[in-house]
Amino acid sequence: MVDIAFGPERGKRPDTASIQDSYLEMVRRKRMYGGILLALFIATMASGWVLADSRNAGGFWNGILNVFEFPSEVVAEAWEKRALIPALFVEHIPSLIETLNIAAVATLLGGLAAMALSLLATRGLARWPRMIPVFRRSMDALRAIPEIVIALVLIYILGGGPVPAVIAIALHTGGALGKLFSEVAENADLKPVEGLQSVGASWSQRMWLGVIPQVAPNWLSYALLRFEINVRASAILGFVGEGGIGYDLKLAMQWGQGRYDDVVAIFLLLFAAIVVIDRTSDHFRNRLVKGR
Amino acid sequence: MAAVDTTLATQIVGGFARKRLFAFAVPAMILLYLAYTAVAFDLAGLASRARMDNAAILLSDFWSHKTHVTRDNRTGEVTAAVEGEAKGAYPAGTYPDWVSVAGTVTTIDLGTGHVVTYDASGASMVVPDYGTIDIRPEGNRLVLTAPEPLPDWINASNTRVSVTTPAGRFNYTRSKVETFRYQAGWELFFFTLDSPFAGKGPLELAGLALWGDRVDPDRSNFGYMVSEVWTNKMWRHSDVVWALFETILMAFLGTMGAAIIALPLGFLAASNFNPLGPLRFAFRRVFDFIRGVDGLIWTIILSRAFGPGPMTGALAILITDTGSFGKMFSEALENIDDKQVEGVRSTGANSLLRARFGVIPQVTPVLISQVLYFLESNTRSATVIGAIVGGGIGLLLTQAIQTQKDWEEVAYYMTLIVLMVMAMDSLSGWLRRKLIKGE
Repeated sequence: MVDIAFGPERGKRPDTASIQDSYLEMVRRKRMYGGILLALFIATMASGWVLADSRNAGGFWNGILNVFEFPSEVVAEAWEKRALIPALFVEHIPSLIETLNIAAVATLLGGLAAMALSLLATRGLARWPRMIPVFRRSMDALRAIPEIVIALVLIYILGGGPVPAVIAIALHTGGALGKLFSEVAENADLKPVEGLQSVGASWSQRMWLGVIPQVAPNWLSYALLRFEINVRASAILGFVGEGGIGYDLKLAMQWGQGRYDDVVAIFLLLFAAIVVIDRTSDHFRNRLVKGR
Repeated sequence: MAAVDTTLATQIVGGFARKRLFAFAVPAMILLYLAYTAVAFDLAGLASRARMDNAAILLSDFWSHKTHVTRDNRTGEVTAAVEGEAKGAYPAGTYPDWVSVAGTVTTIDLGTGHVVTYDASGASMVVPDYGTIDIRPEGNRLVLTAPEPLPDWINASNTRVSVTTPAGRFNYTRSKVETFRYQAGWELFFFTLDSPFAGKGPLELAGLALWGDRVDPDRSNFGYMVSEVWTNKMWRHSDVVWALFETILMAFLGTMGAAIIALPLGFLAASNFNPLGPLRFAFRRVFDFIRGVDGLIWTIILSRAFGPGPMTGALAILITDTGSFGKMFSEALENIDDKQVEGVRSTGANSLLRARFGVIPQVTPVLISQVLYFLESNTRSATVIGAIVGGGIGLLLTQAIQTQKDWEEVAYYMTLIVLMVMAMDSLSGWLRRKLIKGE
């Protein structure tokens, strides 16, 4: 009877010793490659830190001792004036709302743009299949431009205020969400779309009634995640540009000593807002994606 | 026939009505919210605050440059300089080929029939389809002779006359007379005017580099050219390259450092590796705290301690991402398959070996893809963080924007940032495919 495990010719039967040898050889080679990669990585990291340290104004070892100096100075002053902090909370709430509004409007506008862009850039759903690469590349470009670049240029044209930040964040959001949305839409079931097509629905009707209901939970979950990110971005843009709680923080920091109670109040407000938003959005995202 | 039970029908019809209401209510809410923010952001006032002239300057600077031809009316000296900057000045006695100087008469050809002439007794400008604008100083005031009525692109007072045409601008004051000519392109991008290679075409340069006589006997023409480009004072290519490198360095050091620190912490925060509930809880809250404090605040605190520079930026990214990685890694570790760990345990391996051979191979793909994803997005963040801590391309960009005149440099940096981010995107995508899917 033929040994079907090794084929008809007996001569081809591999002997166990050579299997073991080649296995050990492979393991050795893998270990060597891994070791070389690891050594390279460690060397890159070490030289990178040394280089970054040498190009920094203050050295690492000087700085590490001072890390807590500034926070403790701030906290000490704030502790002395702790009675004033609740009033400062109230004072800064309008700017916090402005920051949140910037993030929310930018997420909304960016999300709406992303909806259109993603449907136009998804294979099988696109209105003009030939234009798919154009929409994809434009989303890549939108994603690649950091918000700060657009914001600073727009501040020059439009003057300060929240609108430049909204436009900047919305453009970036459109690109970033567009990519995620399109990945979700790619997996959508095409049967409802075909059904709608058979009764003569237009492209927008097919998308609105056939695709959006399928992808809405995932899209919403991504949009919420993006909102979290945008709140942080909007605070940072305020610090660099103008508007919102970031700008208040910058003013208080520039004032320096004497306004540290202000700094602490803003820190706490921002921290609380971020934690609350993260928690809420986590909760809703879990419900949306996993279903309760 | 039995009576049809209508409760189902009413339920469904009710459901439809509710859905229909919902379908209108959501867009209506969004619209209401947008209307509220439009008021809150003072969108109406924006139109009056918007500076469309700034937008025009910006757009024209993005793709063109201007050359100033200036005569000092006291000394009679005529100078030409790109963007009016000392770094872009033509060497004394030399001018662009559209400017000719003969004794006290300077003729500037702005193209399309616009000609400006500076002479001993004043200056004049010929504008096609309009006529000649002639300016003579008399005592303390300027006398303007031009076809009446004056069009709105001529702005004249007793002390100053300025003419704006599509071909260029012309300004006359008692102390000096200036003409600006706009030309397409980014001038002096490779060589400044004091370089021996300035104003030469690509073919000529290639010829010089390959077989021309040495301009500087000490080094080859090619090496000289490279060093001239590298040290270009107008565009500062060496600084820009360093800044880009610093930005990528910040992102790399921050992301990798955070991953290295977060990996052991992730084990300590995962319920299947750390049996001590309170310790686990403490680590989780630490991660939450770090993430909640936000990169902005970490950046501010660190830049107080370490001063401006790339290391501060790298540390800021490191701290912020340690929180995110810690959370993600511990979640990935909790989702592993226990069978492999059991298998390794059955050979008598201790907990360290179990982690190395039973756990790490399972989670590596997840971890690598997360780390690469963060590296990608941190390249963008490093630009912003660089603007705050003062390092990398972010700093150059904010400086160029704040001076509000070198918009061509802003355009240059923006292009470079977009290219850098796209390059990092494709690099991380390539690495992800290579490392996770295997070749």
